Amino acid sequence: MTEVSRRDWLLSDRPASRRQAKLGQAYRTWLSFRTNWLAMVGLAIVVALIVVAVFADVIAPYDPVIGGDLRTERFLPPLTDGHLLGTDDLSRDIFSRIVHGSRLTLMVVVLVAVIATPIGLLVGTSAGYFGGWVDTVLMRLTDIFLAFPRLILALAFVAALGPGIENAIIAIAITSWPPYARLARAETLTIRDSDFINAARLQGASSARILWGHVTPLCLSSVIIRVTLDMAGIILTAAGLGFLGLGAQPPQPEWGAMIASGRRFIIDQWWVATMPGIAIFIVSLGFNLLGDGLRDVLDPKARK
Amino acid sequence: MSDVTNEGGRDSALLRFLWRAVKLLATVALTFLGLLVVTFLIGRVVPVDPVLAVIGDRASQSVYDRVFIELGLDRPLYEQFWIYLQKVLSGDFGESFLTKRSISDDLARVFPATMELATVAILIGTIFGIPLGVWAAVRQGKFVDQFVRVFGLIGYSAPIFWLGLLGLLVFYARLQWVAGPGRIDISFEYAFTNKTGLMLLDTALQGQWAAFRNVVSHIILPAGLLGYFSMAYISRMTRSFMLNELAQEYVITARVKGVPEWRIIWVHALRNAAVPLVTVVALSYANLLEGSVLTETVFAWPGLGQYLTNSLQNADMNAVLGGTLVIGGIFVGLNLLSDLLYSTLDPRVRRQS
Amino acid sequence: MLHSRRLLAATVAAFALFSAPVVYAETPADTLIQAWAIDDIISLDPAEIFEFTASEIAGNSYEGLIGYDPADVSKIFGKVAESWEVAPDGLSITFKIKPGRTFASGNPITAEDVVFSLTRAVKLDKSPAFILTQFGLNAENVDEMVVATGPDTVQFKMDKAYAPTLVLYCLTATVGFVVDKKLVMEHEVDGDFGYNWLKTNYAGSGPFSIREWRANEVVVMERNANYSGDAPAMARVIYRHIPEGATQRLLLEQGDIDIARSLTAEELDAVRANADLKIQEGPKGSIYYLGLNQKNEFLSKPEVRQAMKYLVDYAAISDTIMKGKVNVHQAFLPIGFLGALDETPFSLDVAKAKELLTAAGLPDGFTITMDTRNTPEITGIAQAIQQTMAEAGVKMELIPGDGQQTLTKYRARNHDIYIGRWGPDYQDPHTNADTFARNPDNADDATSKPLAWRNAWDIPEMTKKADAAVLEADPAKRAEMYIELQKESQQTSPFVIMFQEIEVSAMRSNVNGFIVGPSFNDNSFAHVTK
Repeated sequence: MTEVSRRDWLLSDRPASRRQAKLGQAYRTWLSFRTNWLAMVGLAIVVALIVVAVFADVIAPYDPVIGGDLRTERFLPPLTDGHLLGTDDLSRDIFSRIVHGSRLTLMVVVLVAVIATPIGLLVGTSAGYFGGWVDTVLMRLTDIFLAFPRLILALAFVAALGPGIENAIIAIAITSWPPYARLARAETLTIRDSDFINAARLQGASSARILWGHVTPLCLSSVIIRVTLDMAGIILTAAGLGFLGLGAQPPQPEWGAMIASGRRFIIDQWWVATMPGIAIFIVSLGFNLLGDGLRDVLDPKARK
Repeated sequence: MSDVTNEGGRDSALLRFLWRAVKLLATVALTFLGLLVVTFLIGRVVPVDPVLAVIGDRASQSVYDRVFIELGLDRPLYEQFWIYLQKVLSGDFGESFLTKRSISDDLARVFPATMELATVAILIGTIFGIPLGVWAAVRQGKFVDQFVRVFGLIGYSAPIFWLGLLGLLVFYARLQWVAGPGRIDISFEYAFTNKTGLMLLDTALQGQWAAFRNVVSHIILPAGLLGYFSMAYISRMTRSFMLNELAQEYVITARVKGVPEWRIIWVHALRNAAVPLVTVVALSYANLLEGSVLTETVFAWPGLGQYLTNSLQNADMNAVLGGTLVIGGIFVGLNLLSDLLYSTLDPRVRRQS
Repeated sequence: MLHSRRLLAATVAAFALFSAPVVYAETPADTLIQAWAIDDIISLDPAEIFEFTASEIAGNSYEGLIGYDPADVSKIFGKVAESWEVAPDGLSITFKIKPGRTFASGNPITAEDVVFSLTRAVKLDKSPAFILTQFGLNAENVDEMVVATGPDTVQFKMDKAYAPTLVLYCLTATVGFVVDKKLVMEHEVDGDFGYNWLKTNYAGSGPFSIREWRANEVVVMERNANYSGDAPAMARVIYRHIPEGATQRLLLEQGDIDIARSLTAEELDAVRANADLKIQEGPKGSIYYLGLNQKNEFLSKPEVRQAMKYLVDYAAISDTIMKGKVNVHQAFLPIGFLGALDETPFSLDVAKAKELLTAAGLPDGFTITMDTRNTPEITGIAQAIQQTMAEAGVKMELIPGDGQQTLTKYRARNHDIYIGRWGPDYQDPHTNADTFARNPDNADDATSKPLAWRNAWDIPEMTKKADAAVLEADPAKRAEMYIELQKESQQTSPFVIMFQEIEVSAMRSNVNGFIVGPSFNDNSFAHVTK
């Protein structure tokens, strides 16, 4: 198949199969996404983050944790020979730390999504599908969690679990699921009484099967979009926890913790705290631009 | 006859209203109980010995044992919770290990600082955010729209504590445009009497203009930063509400009738968009409380956020519980308030009910 | 469009309004403003005060029976007491009170106040009470042990003939400060000896009185008009809670404060280069050390303990990340104490450490954790140590936590290595010998938990030697005993003692007369002028 004909096949008005129709729709979405240059910038940043994280060992010229000579290599300014972004108070190469820190950032984002999404889906779809007291109890629980500011709840959880990146991830996940639950519930309500669900029920499928096999897949896409939109927020919360000394702990090269320790030198050695801040900013801007573009493309109301 | 039915109708309306009020109260009460349980449990599983927080490292074993019992730590968990619940209901959050004062006093002392900061911030956010949002909506897709969008996204994306640090470095240390961390210079601190806890208000009411200017120069940077963040949110929501309104029929009708464009935008459309905007502003006010945790740390601002972080880091769980409850309460309150405003202001919602 | 231009104009106007010129004020001439982390204050009652900041505040607002010269601690003189006499059997000391002096309230200072203060501290039994109760006092017998034998004489009895210097130094601690009995008892509620009032109020006789304490915000002190010594030049002394060194430095450079108390090594370098500012320093008693838990299979081997002492780059750390804030010091008694040992036999020597590890059967090193308090300085030192340990194959993982968390774990003996800072409780060598070289009961449920216990170091012999030193009346012989104890401990103990702290304050160059003493209650600003 040539390039042109593949394009025609994808854009065909009369798709021959469901697969063709689905792929065609995805392709059209991609085409409209591609015209949004801001979103493309966001995508590029996110892809770059992934590449950097995967190849951190190759890209980083120095060890992120073990520093150089304390007497001669502390606080080298940016662009010093061999140290693109300078060195910090323990003679460590800041560029290498930021490169390795991208792994932590990516890990936080991925793990929070992996933990929070299923919880939100489970709570939301169950509440929407069963209704009645199950709905009341689950939604009341959701409201209680929503009644807290996220960062403060995460703070409290980290205080309970002890500081550390794993606990920060758990705390952020615990505080992130409620909006997903609400969304999943709303979606479930719209399809609960639809014909195909009823058909499945008549065929004797168990509730669990219907929830998992039929309801969840339909809620998944909107929840995933919502998670993508939240990713920048997740990164900022993790960095905020790190900054308060409750997230990733030294000597881990987590960007928020790097700002916290560089903060002491902000006046004379400004680069120590500034560089990781720029890294957080770029990555979360990338996720925001990407999410923004996705919303434009996928949300029919905003598309107009 | 007709009188009777009218009576009955009014009665049932009253009943419905009462029923709704009771349900609402029950919901709020339940939410609060949930808050209490969650915070209490968090407080008890912290891997920190609360006795050490009270007596320090050097005390003898006899002191340790006595304080252990004084804190009620020898009782079973549910009993501790029950005692705590009773105290909270009577307005007693207990005593802070850290400050040795009653938590309610502490909260009353730190809260005005946060409120002042959040209020100035929301004013900045609203004053700049709404016009920017309207402007972007009017010029949809044009340069201005993109600019406002990117400007807003930058606000969403930058870590506030980092911006705060850079802000202090540039505007205080280098340029000296603003005053440094804290709420006021010490030399002004005793120039006026503290009545409301809101320094802007106190100094202005007592005519202490030099002190007032000092307070302004302290608050402007942290409030400006927080304001920027709420502005990002408010302008974005304003844009989408305005787009919605500008597509309505009455706008087209007005245009046909020859009503000036500025009047259509700033009077007719904005007035209708104002209703959902109230909710947005109330919500971002609540979010500012959260933003204040990090901002107050950077700016040494003696408010609720700093109090909470400090207590957390020192395992002063009574204080953490009290502070979290207050913030949770304000959150719930603001949500209720915005719902209420929404239903009173919006003619469509009003008609439905 | 017209309206957008108008909007722009409004925006510009608003910015112009906000960026109106800022008026900066110098600090007032009769007010001394210090920036410090004052969040450690939990009480202002001398019977309870034990923290750095509160000790310093009490040191400037209360008086003890006796004091010592901060420049030479062996010179002990009377403050509230005029003179004292040790009984021939060594079982009691009698103090004569200076006549005609008053508290800030105007009440006269009498023997009754002294007796009240000491018995009150014992009966309240707060954290520092052990400093007094270690002489055999307790709530039941204190009324017989501390008595007024006349209107201006007080007798202090003990259960054994302790070294007189030990007793006297203990009485210079904040827990022995004299409070105004009449004033305090006016505020007594339910037999609390006025504790609930005094913990946030003031009833002393020092050069300054405490006017206000707002937790984590400010402490305001004022000149005590009834002070019997020379009136201080400063009418007001204010502590502002500014935990961040960088912020303190900014405020100091702008002239918003007079003294910055917690600057880092880098900030101090910047201060040294600034003509408007100057630096004052004094050695403090605090010691930085590593505690190696003897419950750990690797750390319990003597060769491993020794190897660890060769894997810290003492010199590099004290020259760089802790520059100007510590001196290398490797014995448990800080310089300035009777009998302090100043030998530093250890330095970074990876080859030697590897040799020792091989002798211990661990040629490839081992993996270990270190509980690290998440303050910048401790974290910095810990990371530097982590790097040098790695050179000998010792993989050290840091477990950071806040102060209470790491301490809770340390006291439960659940750590491998703990990096800590220990400050003496009073000016006598026993304070550190008691914790580094005494472990009367190494069982898990022991009642006293000195540092030796926390690291499960069972030392019955050394404990006996430390106990003997307490009862030696001759200072020269006593000093000899402590030196011997330190030498033994230096080579065998599970403590890698690294540094002694130097307290450094940066101040505006017009500030004179600030005294930095060996302990925090010796820091004095009574003679400050500016």
